[in-house]
Amino acid sequence: MKPKFEPNADYQPKDFSFKSQKKVKDILANYPSNQARSGIMPLLDLAQRQEGWISRVAMDCIAEAVGQPPIKVYEVATFYTMYNLAPVGKYLVQLCTTTPCWLCGSAAIIEAVETHLEIKVGESTKDGLFTLLEVECLGACVNAPMVQINDNYYEDLTAESIVSILTALAAGKKPSIGSQTKRVGSMALSGPTSLEKQAKKAGVGS
Amino acid sequence: MPKLKINGMLIEVEKGTSVLQAAEMLGVEIPRFCYHDKLSVPANCRMCLVELKNAPKPVASCAIEAGEGMDITTNSEMIQKARKGVMEMMLINHPLDCPICDQGGECDLQDQSYGYGFDRSRYQETKRAVKDKDIGPLIKTVMTRCIQCTRCIRFGEEIAGTADLGLLNRGEDVEIGTFVEKAVSSELSGNMIDICPVGALTSKPYAFTARPWELKKTETIDVHDAVGSNIRVDTKGGEVMRILPRLHEGVNEEWISDKTRFAYDGLKKNRLDVPYVRSKTTGKLEKAKWSEALTSVAEAMRATSPDKIAAFSGDLADVDSVVALKDLMISLGSPHIECRTDGMRIDPSTRAGYIFNSGIAGIEEADSLLLIGTNPKMEAALVNARIRKTWLNKRLPISLIGEPVDLPYPYEHLGTTAQDIEKYTVKDSQKPMIIVGDQIFSRTDALALHAVCRDLAEKIGCIQDDWNGFNVLHRHAGRVGALDVGFVSAAPIKTEEMDVVYLLNSDEENIINNCNKNAFVIYQGHHGDLGAHRADVILPAATYTEKNALYVNTEGRVQMTRQAVFPVGEAKEDWKIIRALSEELGKTLPYNSLLALRARITEEWAHFAEIDVCPQEEWGQFGVTGVLLKSGFKNTIDHYYMTNVICRASKTMRACVDKFYPKKTKTKIKKAA
Repeated sequence: MKPKFEPNADYQPKDFSFKSQKKVKDILANYPSNQARSGIMPLLDLAQRQEGWISRVAMDCIAEAVGQPPIKVYEVATFYTMYNLAPVGKYLVQLCTTTPCWLCGSAAIIEAVETHLEIKVGESTKDGLFTLLEVECLGACVNAPMVQINDNYYEDLTAESIVSILTALAAGKKPSIGSQTKRVGSMALSGPTSLEKQAKKAGVGS
Repeated sequence: MPKLKINGMLIEVEKGTSVLQAAEMLGVEIPRFCYHDKLSVPANCRMCLVELKNAPKPVASCAIEAGEGMDITTNSEMIQKARKGVMEMMLINHPLDCPICDQGGECDLQDQSYGYGFDRSRYQETKRAVKDKDIGPLIKTVMTRCIQCTRCIRFGEEIAGTADLGLLNRGEDVEIGTFVEKAVSSELSGNMIDICPVGALTSKPYAFTARPWELKKTETIDVHDAVGSNIRVDTKGGEVMRILPRLHEGVNEEWISDKTRFAYDGLKKNRLDVPYVRSKTTGKLEKAKWSEALTSVAEAMRATSPDKIAAFSGDLADVDSVVALKDLMISLGSPHIECRTDGMRIDPSTRAGYIFNSGIAGIEEADSLLLIGTNPKMEAALVNARIRKTWLNKRLPISLIGEPVDLPYPYEHLGTTAQDIEKYTVKDSQKPMIIVGDQIFSRTDALALHAVCRDLAEKIGCIQDDWNGFNVLHRHAGRVGALDVGFVSAAPIKTEEMDVVYLLNSDEENIINNCNKNAFVIYQGHHGDLGAHRADVILPAATYTEKNALYVNTEGRVQMTRQAVFPVGEAKEDWKIIRALSEELGKTLPYNSLLALRARITEEWAHFAEIDVCPQEEWGQFGVTGVLLKSGFKNTIDHYYMTNVICRASKTMRACVDKFYPKKTKTKIKKAA
């Protein structure tokens, strides 16, 4: 579970402003001026990319930008789970534990992460680098078990590969995204079992 | 016009009608929670499911438009089952605490669970609990009872124009809230209590005081502002327990303002229940018998020359007593009668010149609007709601001349002075409308202003054969009626020169402060406020819930209050007091009953014969062309919750002032000596 929105919590900053007013303008330009409230979602995303999470003042700021009462922004922000409404680490580790991932060993992945980062699910590391969350299905079941770290999926995990990914991230490197076992897309491990011609044409799977 | 069949009955409805509305026209009842006539349709409660022939599954009748050839069944077995399922889902997290819930007995969920509920629950898990929210001194919340119909959110957004509430989080965690524990600050917030189909939002002052089935219901009208909202007064054992709105499409639709709804506790506090006479020896007000009080008034009046006697009627004075007082003053030979106690000098010669000609419902027809020197949000919250509704429907251009104020619709601010009025122009408007606040006529250039407004109305085309868009918005319930019966004097009364001053429900500061120190002041009214404080004789009278009396609202619509409870103590109905006084003076008024008095009124002013009719008045001449002052218009109401003696005596209204105007709390309550 993600932490809930606490508008009066101590960690809420006093003020917020978008670093790039141009981006705000560009977003709002996508919608007719009397439908500016459509810009709430992209602006929330912009704020999250800027700060890592969305504070109450940021929401108020967005409300003003789209000419809506703040509550309308709160409604949207609290509805969608991809908005972080409390501070998170630089890397948000979202581990899937829904049935397919669990069948393929997600429990071991969690244990490995918890031991490696020395935190429990729902906590952040002291250096502010990682936050670990357990989430429901992210739709990459074919390559289970999987984890989403910020915008990227890392699939076909083992206890070793997840630790090496985390180590690489902590060191500022960019580990390869997608399948960690060099699987192409979501193809069966034994090679293509359907669409064989197309696979051959594309030069994958052999 | 689509024709459709509902339960085998054919009906033709207008395009755009929903199936639920069509069924209602046929008298087929469809249960619902989220659907409300006056609000948008979210279709989220799913209680109004009906069967549509050839549709794969039940459809929500509130959201589906009636179409040609539809065949609807509302009572099939499948529908019963579907609704039972919906009801079961709704009751999963509902606490079922009806015995301790104020909504019990008038709860939509309770009523409908009789039809669609199971007699036991299949739910084994823990019910969820939701934290109660503090949303101000008027609304009590028990959020666990909420079924997320979102009526309150839509009301705030659509009708009141103050979006404070929202639907937060999702799934099982979903809840209604403000998130920042903010009080819902709207003059109409009390209506959320009415529209809440369950006991999540209930009235805080009414909490645990009565059950709906033990209340006696009296249909009457409200006098806190000049709108004349239709209300129902619920009483128990001679005490007003609560006030609810009554549907009247022409006036208040089905809303009432918070002052109307919650100021009733003022009816029980600070009341004048026996006559008082100021003792000549101690100089203090002392309790007296009616006969003593009337004798001392009569003595004072007899000892004074008629041109030194003046009578003023106040905000809450009803037409019956104003007419009686006028007749008495005429028989005494005094010309000094005045209802415009705030110094307003509006020209009463033409009725169309001082009423809300288009009617409140007429606002919806207007296609441009100019507000002059008024803050409708404070002065008439329901007129304001109607303007907002019109603005939402057709985004009409709205302009304001006067103090810039916070209104729930955008407007163009054209200036603050009378000179700005002439500059106003409007393009392509078929039905232009002007709303003039009555307070601007409290200036010395009132007649000139009146003429300017009249000229503007003619210039921009407000006056047509079937349209009169010239509207005066009054603030006081007693004003239009008193103007109608000519309770005015030609020249301003020099109050300081008067030896006897008769205050009929008048607590106006400038009159009382202007009274000569030695003047003999008679106060007839119901609350120990400013007037009673200054008075030499107090004649205790009835409030609007305690008498059958005529009032005229700002539209010129004659309406009648009904007696819901008896006057407190020895207090009497207003016209009876004046009638008794006339007898004491030896100038007995020729009416012994209310019927005879009404006959007297309708004889001279025929329009009082018709109750609840919005008049169509002839346009005429009024106002005098003259020099306009350069100063800007000022709004007089700065405290919405404190505008008359009843609200000033109300604890609830006091709590609202403390909550919503924390910096401006200035008390005006003075006790009767």
